[in-house]
Amino acid sequence: MGKRNAFDEIMGFSGAAPPRPALAALGEWLADTPEHELRRRQEAAETTFRQLGITFAVYGESEASERIIPFDIVPRVFLKSEWDRLSEGLVQRVEAINAFLDDIYGARRILDEGVLPADLVLGNDQFRPEIAGIRPPHGIAAHICGIDLVRTGPDEFFVLEDNARTPSGVSYMLENREAMLRLCPELFRELRVAAVDSYPDLLLETMKSVAPHGAGPTPRCVVLTPGHYNSAYYEHSFLADSMGVELVEGADLIVDDDVVWMRTIEGLVKVDVIYRRIDDDYLDPLVFRIDSALGVPGLIAAYAAGNVAIINAPGNGIADDKAIYSYMPEIVKFYNGAEAKLPNVETFRCREPSALTYVLENLPELVVKLVDGSGGYGMLVGPTASKAEIETFRAALIAEPQRYIAQPTLALSTVPTMADQGLAPRHVDFRPFVLSGSDGVRVVPGGLTRVALKEGSLVVNSSQGGGTKDSFVLMDDGASGSAQSQSADGQTQTMGSMSQNQGGAA
Amino acid sequence: MRLAIDHRTLYRFSAPQRRLVQMLRMTPQNHHDQTVASWRIDVDCDATMRDAHDGFGNATTMLYVAGPIDAIEISVTGEVVTSHSSGELHGTNEVFPAALFLRATAATRADPAIARFAEDTAGGRATTEALHRIAQSLHDRFAPDTSRPKPGLAAGDAFAYDTGTARDLAQIFLVAARHLGAPARYVSGYRLSDDAGLSTPHGWAEAFVAGVGWLGFDPSVGRSPDDNYVRVAVALDSTGAAAVAGARLGEADEVIEVDIGVSESQ
Amino acid sequence: MMLLSRTASSLYWLGRYIERADFIVRIVEATVRLDVLSSRPAGEVAWSSALTVTETDADFAESGAAMTQTQVVKFLTLDTSHPGSVLHCLSRARDNARAVRTALSRDAWTAINRAWMIFENHAGVGGTSATLNMVEAVKNETRGFEGAVHRMLRNQATWFVRLGQAIERADNTARLLDVKYHILLPEGEKVGGVVDRDQWTTILQTVSAVTAYRWLYSDGLRAANVIDLLVTRKEMPRSLAASVEEVVDILGDLARHTGAHGEADRMARMREARTTRTRSSEVIASGLHQYLRSFIDENAQLHGAIGRQFRFG
Repeated sequence: MGKRNAFDEIMGFSGAAPPRPALAALGEWLADTPEHELRRRQEAAETTFRQLGITFAVYGESEASERIIPFDIVPRVFLKSEWDRLSEGLVQRVEAINAFLDDIYGARRILDEGVLPADLVLGNDQFRPEIAGIRPPHGIAAHICGIDLVRTGPDEFFVLEDNARTPSGVSYMLENREAMLRLCPELFRELRVAAVDSYPDLLLETMKSVAPHGAGPTPRCVVLTPGHYNSAYYEHSFLADSMGVELVEGADLIVDDDVVWMRTIEGLVKVDVIYRRIDDDYLDPLVFRIDSALGVPGLIAAYAAGNVAIINAPGNGIADDKAIYSYMPEIVKFYNGAEAKLPNVETFRCREPSALTYVLENLPELVVKLVDGSGGYGMLVGPTASKAEIETFRAALIAEPQRYIAQPTLALSTVPTMADQGLAPRHVDFRPFVLSGSDGVRVVPGGLTRVALKEGSLVVNSSQGGGTKDSFVLMDDGASGSAQSQSADGQTQTMGSMSQNQGGAA
Repeated sequence: MRLAIDHRTLYRFSAPQRRLVQMLRMTPQNHHDQTVASWRIDVDCDATMRDAHDGFGNATTMLYVAGPIDAIEISVTGEVVTSHSSGELHGTNEVFPAALFLRATAATRADPAIARFAEDTAGGRATTEALHRIAQSLHDRFAPDTSRPKPGLAAGDAFAYDTGTARDLAQIFLVAARHLGAPARYVSGYRLSDDAGLSTPHGWAEAFVAGVGWLGFDPSVGRSPDDNYVRVAVALDSTGAAAVAGARLGEADEVIEVDIGVSESQ
Repeated sequence: MMLLSRTASSLYWLGRYIERADFIVRIVEATVRLDVLSSRPAGEVAWSSALTVTETDADFAESGAAMTQTQVVKFLTLDTSHPGSVLHCLSRARDNARAVRTALSRDAWTAINRAWMIFENHAGVGGTSATLNMVEAVKNETRGFEGAVHRMLRNQATWFVRLGQAIERADNTARLLDVKYHILLPEGEKVGGVVDRDQWTTILQTVSAVTAYRWLYSDGLRAANVIDLLVTRKEMPRSLAASVEEVVDILGDLARHTGAHGEADRMARMREARTTRTRSSEVIASGLHQYLRSFIDENAQLHGAIGRQFRFG
């Protein structure tokens, strides 16, 4: 692979001033705002997050080590045209994920036609035979998807990972935007940024739209949390609060006669839609782990009887499994009929002998991942790994090739980020949130941008020193493509004359 | 043969329970060698029951009881007409490709000792004869244990003992068969036994042989199930096929008494 | 919005635990004054009765510790091996508060969190002044919590916290009087006879009633007056009558909100009617101890009825 500069999303391929013409205004803001001022605002944002308790627990450390995820004050920006193309790809992919789940727990046409190796599904722990044959209300299983993307150029996006179980991080999307509106209001005068604060309303609409048919005109929706010791409890309570629905624990729900009820001080109240933030394993001790104290006995029976919608549906893990991931282009084509608009990162399945040979020969250039690993653990980043680390992985690959996939290291895009020595390019990834209801698929114009704060690092996981940024989706392309785009002044004027109506600021 | 089943399960709680929810897999289904002539499930208190099927296609009954409740008896009675096809299964409700049953579960994890035993006994290939040899040699190797199986005992751990319950032997069989590449599943049901004292639920195994189909094996007697058997539920292990999966609200100890009568009816 | 039974239960218990923690520090404070600061140290008797009032005497005996100020104070404040210590109550209060954080104001939560943190760095109890400082710090935070709850929106959440506090307060005051009743009504002595002024003051201090007493009764410390104050005087916030009335009021607020009356409402109103008719002279004549025992039993039954009515489960 050529050693071309990483694409900087604000500065362009050159990585230095002048910025991309369409983002001249943002470039000016970066140049004009003193560094100490940026730092002050960044600290103010982090103080707020700490007070709100937006923390996460780090594995292997004690309970006391709850930390906030570092926040970076410089936003990443998508132009309207970039976002529109990206959205089309996301919609197509999420439609395929839903079609796949409907098929794989139903007729399994995709296996009969040999598109996927049957053993990859049937032998996969994420395929849950316990719920096979159950069709979720309205046939939708993946209501909330978080699709992890990386970028290498203006229109070059690659899917790194699908999240169709209980993708988290949406509270960061909303809280980061709140902080930006408060701390950098001038940016929202310069740029027309699409609002994200309607997310809770959209989510509630989505939930209501997939309520079982017998639910009546005002279905009752709840958020189900494992409880206040869970590291994502803040997000659970935040979502319940902002949707105006109850935050329940397993013990608050009972199932009687295949119907789910919530225990309130005024008696039992029927529940129609459950946004659960509990893993499948713990949902219902009658069907999954019998030692689960978090779940609701009988929940799956109520679900099978069509009396409750579970968001996301149980069994979705098969759709975002890393072993299945490499077949996503084939899966999209199978259900959609057309080629996938959003490509995968090229992936070598080490279970295939020829791929394994290639991987073993090119380990220093590749990223190797455990099929069943997550959070950046069990991962080799060839270009930055030591000889010893590479040899450890070589041995592991030879011993159990089927547990690994490998991918080339991409020249991931960067965004200017506040580092110790001032603004510097840092690699980012992106998780947009896609909602699927009975009325269609919607992409919320924004998402969670994670940034690798260490220079040169490609690992953005919060557990490994990653931070977050706000993600702006512009409602226009500035003057891109026209003569005005040549002139930063002209563009600034155009921006300045635009409506400043910012939903998020209200 | 016409078999009459009378299966009573009595739960007694040391303190009253506010609520009881159970999933019962207690209803046999028809197949080529098994016709359910009559069948009913009764409980001795006010309850709601809902029939459905689980993911494996087994017939289920959800049982909901509002408390306070300090004891409940579930009685299952019925008659099943059986015939004999040398252990081969025909006309069963197959909802999954056989390959699904190659999966391991917590109770049927791959185990090196069972793997060695499987290879030594079978000579490496999962033929019908080899699987029979495995069932037979499990029967020879373990003295029968008719007590209640230890909850959660995994096949690999059970293999270290020299006595085994029907459940343990069946689960060891599953691990052995899967190791040889044969899909295998646990079956829960009833068996007419000469041993009058036998009153525990019975469990055995089925394995899939390419070109032949699903075959039954009962390592606890060393033979194939015949017309003395009533097949009720299948799953990846005994927990998945258990007659009762239950939860209750309220802290208390429970005592379970199970009484099973299987007899030939005229 | 419908209040989940679990949320209601957590709020109610939060109220009870905060109130209990407050009561225990008051007992500790009053006993320190009685034993250490009075002219005639009361010694073991004082500490032993502090344990009886908090129903921790059996646990303390089992611990094998000596009946000294240091040991008893430590046992009643920091020791989490039994459920009767301040720290135990505050931890439980904090757990309940965390579970329903969205139902509480930030002020209310911080007060609980800070009260709990007072003990975080305490390995031992120190001397008398350290103990009194600690007591003062806890009382400050529980007062802060009280204030924060009163500043919260008047909704179901605050009602359940206050309901828990009122039920707990009724129990505590009755228990305090019951344990000290032999001081109030010494056997074989005439009511109004010579009494142990220090012991009496202890009782009044524990329920913050020293000043109130002086305002209401001009004829000096008399058993009949103390009993009258703590049993029948509604204007005295920690009296049985005030707690009984508060329970009725709060249940009434809840009933107006939910539109449903239940077992607890009926029981609380009957109790209030009876308490209003109660004359302290009759209580004394017919036996204070019996009266208090049946009050404590009835209060426990009301607690049970509240749990059933609001389905705490």
